[in-house]
Amino acid sequence: MAVPLTDDRATHETNPELTAPPTQTSDKSKGTPDLAVKVSTYLWRHRRIRLALLLLLPVSLLVGIYGISLVSLLFNSFYRLDQFTGRLDDTLSLDSWRGLFTTPNVLTAFRTIAIATSVTIASAFLALPLAYFVSRQASKRSRRWLILGIMVPLWSSYLVRVYSWKLILAAEGIANWFFDAFGIGFVLDAILELPVIGGPSLSFSWLGQFIVFVYIWLPYMVMPVQVSMDRVPQSLLDASQDLGAGPSRTFRKVLFPLIVPGVAAGSIFTFSLTLGDYIIPQVVGDSSPSIGYVIYSQQGLAGNLPAAAAFAFVPIVVMGLYLFVVGKLGAFKAL
Amino acid sequence: MAGRRRFGTVKIAATAVLLFLHVPIVLIGLYAFSTEEASFQFPPPGLTTRWFTVAWGRDDVREAVSLSLQVAAVSTLIALVLGTLVAGAVWRTKFFGRNALSLMIVLPIALPGIVTGIALRASINLAGVSFSIWTLVVGHATFCVAVAYNNVIARLRRMNPSMIDASMDLGAHGWQTFRHVLFPQLGSAILTGGLLAFALSFDEVIVTTFTAGNQQTLPIWFFSQLVRPRDRPVTNVVALAVMLLTIIPVVFSVRLSERGDDA
Repeated sequence: MAVPLTDDRATHETNPELTAPPTQTSDKSKGTPDLAVKVSTYLWRHRRIRLALLLLLPVSLLVGIYGISLVSLLFNSFYRLDQFTGRLDDTLSLDSWRGLFTTPNVLTAFRTIAIATSVTIASAFLALPLAYFVSRQASKRSRRWLILGIMVPLWSSYLVRVYSWKLILAAEGIANWFFDAFGIGFVLDAILELPVIGGPSLSFSWLGQFIVFVYIWLPYMVMPVQVSMDRVPQSLLDASQDLGAGPSRTFRKVLFPLIVPGVAAGSIFTFSLTLGDYIIPQVVGDSSPSIGYVIYSQQGLAGNLPAAAAFAFVPIVVMGLYLFVVGKLGAFKAL
Repeated sequence: MAGRRRFGTVKIAATAVLLFLHVPIVLIGLYAFSTEEASFQFPPPGLTTRWFTVAWGRDDVREAVSLSLQVAAVSTLIALVLGTLVAGAVWRTKFFGRNALSLMIVLPIALPGIVTGIALRASINLAGVSFSIWTLVVGHATFCVAVAYNNVIARLRRMNPSMIDASMDLGAHGWQTFRHVLFPQLGSAILTGGLLAFALSFDEVIVTTFTAGNQQTLPIWFFSQLVRPRDRPVTNVVALAVMLLTIIPVVFSVRLSERGDDA
């Protein structure tokens, strides 16, 4: 029970003024329909009914439709696909779950987790100087513009931002032009020849995919890191410097430990969003499947909903474990 | 002072990261004017405004834009109503299942979009509903509620609750208190949430893919161009238009929330 609300109600119930609309002669009550007054007074007094009415519609969407959908996804994963008719067979079976543990699927899962981890680490490294600058060094005026400069990429079109990298990474695109213009095309060639991260061109390499992922999800890391830096009192940093620590030592021993929750909060986004993405792996990269792409193709191309449903629990379980770990680092307090 | 010495390095690094975030967006603008038709050649061989007319005349683009606008408008409206209602219910109240409800609100954006998408598709199939603009709207509203809710609850938490008590003590009845005290304070938060929800919905592709039948929203049209580029000049123009359409609401919402902070 919320103490303030119940208390208020008790006070107002004994106040006859409130229940007597005729005493309301202020111009504000003009044009207010009698019904609205009656209804609002009634709702103010009946907490449970008010709560029920407030929750009726949202709960029917979030629990009634979305919650049930998640549960039915779980059920679907125990069905099996009839190999001959291609129809769903609703006798319970563990086929889809067994299918998860085949070598290609396990490899896909690990590869996706590996890229999500590296994207998260790279985002954290890039986010730190920007967040530090916005939070500690920028003037109040430029700070507003900088925050806008972080928010715009965060909210503006995801697809178009992916597309922009197609322009950049294409063989005839700006990246190659840039390297050639500075006469260092051989550096790019050398990078592309590296095993695992290289490829025929940036568009078709692991490296290219990595860059695009970092670009797309970086703002999600900058925001919480910057907010958690704002919360660190300047006096702590001054004290550290007064006691003789240099800037890098102050950062390592004082500032960084205090912003770990912010980094952890940002990492939830960078990690989860990379884990489930199936668009970027289709557009850039060496065309090895990601977790998201396997789910997408099982459902869409193969029409095997049970297999897709079972595979959908891979990111759910991985995220569950991840949230547990970063929760220990205080991520939820920084959200 | 030791802090001064680092100022330069941090500033350079921060500027580089900011450039990394923005140069690609600027390039989108440049390519919309490129005369090159078949490749992404840089620098563009020439500049033209011809593709804007071409894109404007394309029926598939127009239909996709119009469908996306409709879906975004309706689902934003639903999300705003539902998100505000939940925020009102959760604020300063404890009830059974409150934490579970908060979890259910953020789940559609916390879980990878593909999970939400496939779950909705599975149950739409199960219920025997045919895919239409309404299944799209339900899918979009599901994850937009979180945005609306977050903005409204944040404003409610910053609001001084004794204002409501004061209003009632001064003799205003429930409706007046809502109309003249509560709502004006929530107004800009609701608008901010609405703008962000609109931008989110207008651009969403993952849940859309799974909740659409043969409806083609702009992101779905765009995605098909990404995987198999056909009309590059038209795609470039549409990219610029989509970028502007999503940036404008964001800029407005940031300004609005700044004003909310000052108040």
